[in-house]
Amino acid sequence: MSVKGRVFKYGNDVDTDVIIPARHLTSADPKHLAAHCMEDIDASFVSRVSAGDIMVAGSNFGCGSSREHAPIAIKESGISLVIAESFARIFYRNAINVGLAIMECPEASAAINDGDEVEADFDSGVIRDITTGETFEAKPFPEFIKRIIEAGGLVQYTKLKSEA
Amino acid sequence: MGMTMTQKILADHAGLKEVRAGDLIEARLDKVLGNDVTTPPAINVFKNMGADDVFDKDRVIMVPDHFTPNKDIKSAELCKCMRCFAKEHDITNYFELGQKGMGIEHVIIPDNGLILPGDAIIGADSHTCTYGALGAFATGVGSTDLACAMVSGSTWFKVPDGIKVVLKGIPGPYVTGKDIILHLIGMIGVDGALYKSLEFTGDGVASISMDQRLTISNMAIECGAKNGIFPVDEVTLNYISVTNPSRFSKGEYKTYEADEDAYESTIEIDLAEVPLTVALPHLPSNTRAAKDVKDMKIDQVVIGSCTNGREEDIKTAAELFKGKKVADGVRCIVIPGSQRVYRKALDEGWLAVFDDAGCVISTPTCGPCLGGHMGILAEGERCVSTTNRNFVGRMGHVKSEVILSGVPVAVASAVVGRVATPDEM
Repeated sequence: MSVKGRVFKYGNDVDTDVIIPARHLTSADPKHLAAHCMEDIDASFVSRVSAGDIMVAGSNFGCGSSREHAPIAIKESGISLVIAESFARIFYRNAINVGLAIMECPEASAAINDGDEVEADFDSGVIRDITTGETFEAKPFPEFIKRIIEAGGLVQYTKLKSEA
Repeated sequence: MGMTMTQKILADHAGLKEVRAGDLIEARLDKVLGNDVTTPPAINVFKNMGADDVFDKDRVIMVPDHFTPNKDIKSAELCKCMRCFAKEHDITNYFELGQKGMGIEHVIIPDNGLILPGDAIIGADSHTCTYGALGAFATGVGSTDLACAMVSGSTWFKVPDGIKVVLKGIPGPYVTGKDIILHLIGMIGVDGALYKSLEFTGDGVASISMDQRLTISNMAIECGAKNGIFPVDEVTLNYISVTNPSRFSKGEYKTYEADEDAYESTIEIDLAEVPLTVALPHLPSNTRAAKDVKDMKIDQVVIGSCTNGREEDIKTAAELFKGKKVADGVRCIVIPGSQRVYRKALDEGWLAVFDDAGCVISTPTCGPCLGGHMGILAEGERCVSTTNRNFVGRMGHVKSEVILSGVPVAVASAVVGRVATPDEM
């Protein structure tokens, strides 16, 4: 499975309060959350993002609260993949559980620029910056994690497994 | 290489003799919990999975605390969803507003005797790590993990490496657990313990009260840690002998000791050297000695939260506020963390002290800490707060600021009208 899109680039320690501020947590509806995604760090994100785009950030992405609303907001906004130097552990777990693709790759995180066109292959872990021509290698996910993401999250994956 | 306290608890809960950092294990859980923000999505997942019932109605804990008393119709619907589920499934530990034992989850759960040394707990709230203070393994997860654990009573973990934090000596005047943990986060950064355990040890531990240990473990997440755990000692045993005398007397708890060679790294902190500490906007790691930032004017002070809303915190605030007044132009909001602490403050006359000083007193709620309600900041406003996060927009407007501190600095700041230390009052 591979994805391709335009990059939205952010820095280190992007926290869950800026990904989706608590004032919007009175509803867990993905469309409501997506409409406010990143608004405290990048007010124009929602109007600029299109399906398939890729988010690239520095270290400790998703730090702070355990709100699963954060990866849901990003996924529903159309982002197909988040690449970061590292992820905060609860966000990491939540992202997989809701089926948001993530990759840890310090080299890609450092080199890729805002607005670049990037493609990434989940099977090989290869990330290619089409704009600059550079390629990077992330450690690919094991098979079962890839299946969770393809299924759309842990619940759908568990259902598919029990139906099989 | 030996095992850390955390690794030993996880091994026992996975039915394994030994685990190593990086191992993926499936562990049984003693308690699983959620709040009014995270439980309703978990209930959706629960229903979506076609689950019939929870694994054990005594081991699932539900606490309405984030947007309570309901701040608007949507939050009322969230609470109603959780309340109905709790009733339908006969959840023993659902804590309704006004009941004895109700309040902020991480204040009431240890206080109500629901955590014992050696337990393994997950909660759909990042500050679930608080319970490490009791020598238990506790960590935060999201709503999907909560839903699955509500059904199965177990979850998977990647076994973390451990950082040994050696606390030495005795803290100086007014220096609290909050100063110690802010100081540590300032040293290692907001991802300094990412995916790892913080394990506190050293001769300084004995002098730190349980309420302060709970504050320290509470903020382990703010440097990325999976959990922050204290050894079990006389302070722990005294605490559980009061909070759960029945299980304490039957010895229904387990103590673990780390092996000497178990740790990936070691950090030493001389408690006498820890200053009264604040974290400036917009990261908990942006720490300074409070005495070095005294030119910062403030509009609001919040005293409370799962970090600093315990009995010792509210008592300290009352002792410092006695005979003093909140400065003109400053609003001070005091939020006892539980109904029990609130009642204690009423019986001891602390509420009268706060009222005389010009503070507003709130029922227990997470409220302003996460920018929910009960003290939201306007554009350009600045707040000294005993809460746990000072991210952009955390307590209100995206251009407002939160400065984190312990209770003594918060009280002094309210009285002086800028960041201040108790010796200035």
